[in-house]
Amino acid sequence: MSQASDSLKLFATLLVAWILLSGSIAFDVVAVGVAAALFITLISQNSLSAFSGLRALPQSFGASLGYVGFFLSELVRANLRMAKIVLDPALPIRPAIVRARTELTHPVARLLLANSITLTPGTLSVEIKDEWLYVHWVVAEGTDNETATREIVEGFERYLKVMYG
Amino acid sequence: MTDGPLELIGALVVLAGAAFLFLGGLGLFRMPDIYNRIQAGTKATTLGTLLVMLGVGIIMPGWLPKLILVILFVLFTNPLSSQVLARAAHRAGIAPVLGTLADRLAEDKGDQS
Repeated sequence: MSQASDSLKLFATLLVAWILLSGSIAFDVVAVGVAAALFITLISQNSLSAFSGLRALPQSFGASLGYVGFFLSELVRANLRMAKIVLDPALPIRPAIVRARTELTHPVARLLLANSITLTPGTLSVEIKDEWLYVHWVVAEGTDNETATREIVEGFERYLKVMYG
Repeated sequence: MTDGPLELIGALVVLAGAAFLFLGGLGLFRMPDIYNRIQAGTKATTLGTLLVMLGVGIIMPGWLPKLILVILFVLFTNPLSSQVLARAAHRAGIAPVLGTLADRLAEDKGDQS
């Protein structure tokens, strides 16, 4: 993904956010938005945005939708599971910090993976080193690397692999 | 503002969100150590906040674009703060609660030092 198209996407995202927030498409309002978006794009030339590295292919668009859907269903399921644990008088937790392997190499893909793991309650990314993610797991189904990788990482990784290659 | 069916649905969604926020608070109180508390306290709130925003959006559809931006902001920033808190706690040497099945991160740190 080239630097120029990354900057263009960042600029477009910022401008859309500005228009949504201001709720107006009057000329002067949009002009200020363009100036602000341009300024932010220029000073963050070399930083990553959520779009750097995202592949502009039809299948990565489909995978993005699948990722969002999978993420939302996981979020609801995990929240219900957590609610049940908290309400149970016996507090049935089996906590562990486990190691899970990820095959993702792109920094943005790894960020999304770690964030998704943290957002689904029950699992919390603590540290990432090379290919290993260290995840705190409230109800660990196993402490070996294979179980952790299968249960925690692979669901999200399937989509992210297509999105970021 | 009239009382339509949308308003009732919106209010129920807000109520469901509030219930998850309450469970987050209860989890913060009941969990035994910092890692489990971060799990219950900062993340049951994710769905709680989403539902409250969604419910408000159903009651006031005109606010929906801004609410979606707020939701995206929460989705991107909330996990970062929980993760950094957990990492800082682990680096500061705070041990997980007794009865934790394994701490692979501490094991690997032991290997390296």
